[in-house]
Amino acid sequence: MKLKQLSLFLENKPGALSAPVKLLAGAKINILTLSIAEARQYGILRLIVRDWAAAKKLLEKNGLAVKATDVLAIEVADHPGGLAEVLAAIEDTGINLEYMYAFPLKRDGKGFFLFRFDDPDKAIGVLQKSKINVVGNAELFRRLDA
Amino acid sequence: MSKHTIQKLAPFDPISAPDFLPPSQLRDLQLERLRGMVAQAFNNVTLFRRRMSDRGMEPGDVKSLDDITRLPFCDKTDLRDSYPFGLFARPMSEIVRLHASTGTTGKPIVVAYTQQDIDVWTNVMCRSFAACGLHRGDIIQNAYGYGLFTGGLGAHYGGEALGATVIPISGGNTQRQIMVLKDFNVTAICCTPSYFLHIIDQAAELGVNLKELPLRAGVFGAEPWTESMRQHIQRDSGIKAYDIYGLSEIIGPGVAMECPCQAGPHIFEDFFYPEVIDSATGKPCPDGVEGELVLTTLSKHAMPMIRYRTRDITALTSEPCGCGRTLRRIKRISRRSDDMIIIRGVNVYPSQIETALLKVEGAQPHYQIILTREKGLDEMEVQVEVTGDVFSDTMGGLEQLQARLTKSIETTTGLRPRVRLIQPHSIQRSEGKAKRVIDQRKM
Repeated sequence: MKLKQLSLFLENKPGALSAPVKLLAGAKINILTLSIAEARQYGILRLIVRDWAAAKKLLEKNGLAVKATDVLAIEVADHPGGLAEVLAAIEDTGINLEYMYAFPLKRDGKGFFLFRFDDPDKAIGVLQKSKINVVGNAELFRRLDA
Repeated sequence: MSKHTIQKLAPFDPISAPDFLPPSQLRDLQLERLRGMVAQAFNNVTLFRRRMSDRGMEPGDVKSLDDITRLPFCDKTDLRDSYPFGLFARPMSEIVRLHASTGTTGKPIVVAYTQQDIDVWTNVMCRSFAACGLHRGDIIQNAYGYGLFTGGLGAHYGGEALGATVIPISGGNTQRQIMVLKDFNVTAICCTPSYFLHIIDQAAELGVNLKELPLRAGVFGAEPWTESMRQHIQRDSGIKAYDIYGLSEIIGPGVAMECPCQAGPHIFEDFFYPEVIDSATGKPCPDGVEGELVLTTLSKHAMPMIRYRTRDITALTSEPCGCGRTLRRIKRISRRSDDMIIIRGVNVYPSQIETALLKVEGAQPHYQIILTREKGLDEMEVQVEVTGDVFSDTMGGLEQLQARLTKSIETTTGLRPRVRLIQPHSIQRSEGKAKRVIDQRKM
């Protein structure tokens, strides 16, 4: 159910983003989606690729600080209130949403968001109880290829 | 048997015999050698003759070891002022080797050796290797620089005298160092501790697991380091890290070396007489009290040194060591009186920053201290490399890391630094001595 996201530590300076992106390009690893969080001196690049283990190894080998984290790909209805519905399910559960970003795939009136919860396992249980669709990587990549 | 099995009582090794002399015999030997050496220095070196005469002293006045405290000091300035050959006590025809310092601060200093001096140096380096359990059959990768720097050749001769196999790889080319470590079944390595950290990093990146290699000992010296750094090295590489101490002015590496107890280097007192003094007053410090190390060579012919002020801060201990050596020990040198930095009037040593950083879980000892002055106020920025171990995927996590590092440094030094997190490998790796402080203050 969980999806591995790679996070990279980058200094906030010209060219910092190019290095990992070029490395992935050279290894023909496609970035499915990404998000960047930035502070004044540094930032975090978060990205999703198909073969996260190979990408992690490659980036580390080239001297980058990389961390693999579990995130959830959640199906969200593409109409007003779709996201509110998902968030309502975790309200009052004590689960904290650290951050989220979109996954560029929209089919049959449904889109996908990637959620990073402080407790992903607990979140899966809560969401499934509310009949919210959490998609594993196999399913997500299958839909992407369809 | 694990590669680290240490026998409580080492089997008798004739190489190490002088390390176990009964103290009274050792003192007699020291006095005899001291008297001979002072006479030579007085007769052959203008500086020593003038300094002693100024105090109304002549060689015959040295009647006991305690009389050494009446002799004048000398220091690095004297070596610079007498550049290049002014302190030689022997004619060039008897001198078989010259070395020189790299001259990081001003003019280099030149040191000279007669054949006898080389033999003494070889002897103490050989005993250094034996002290940490190396012997014939060991393969020593000598990554100290060969050349004018004393590290390379000193370790080289000592290793060969031990009967070990020496690989004179010298410093640099880390990928090749790792290939040789692995392919040649190396069992011991000599280099600076900071360079070995770099080797650990690179080995991980190359997918070489140092813990699986026959490598079991590191003979580390030539720069100040800390106990936390030793623990770090031992944990990440699976080897035992031994502290060797020396300086070119006295002979090179091999003035003092640790035994398997790893409780501070034993001074080879049959050749070097140690004192620890209060830097400000010049008065001797009692056993266990920190001060500046002062060394006197007891049988150096080409260039004797009387009460040389090393600027290295340590404490002397005569407490018996578990290994049975009667040689006194010094505390690991983690700072020098001249690498002290003064920030807003507070004295800070780079080693304190290192210790503070390593207290934070997962932090690596890759750091640099940048000093600036803004509107007349000193600012200390500590740049710390972020690694996969400490890195968090959330901003909150990184802010917490920054706060923990800041707090730890503040607790240790009393100064609040600006901690800047930087990408791995952004700090230039040294292949010799690490550059820890960049002082950009305009005084």
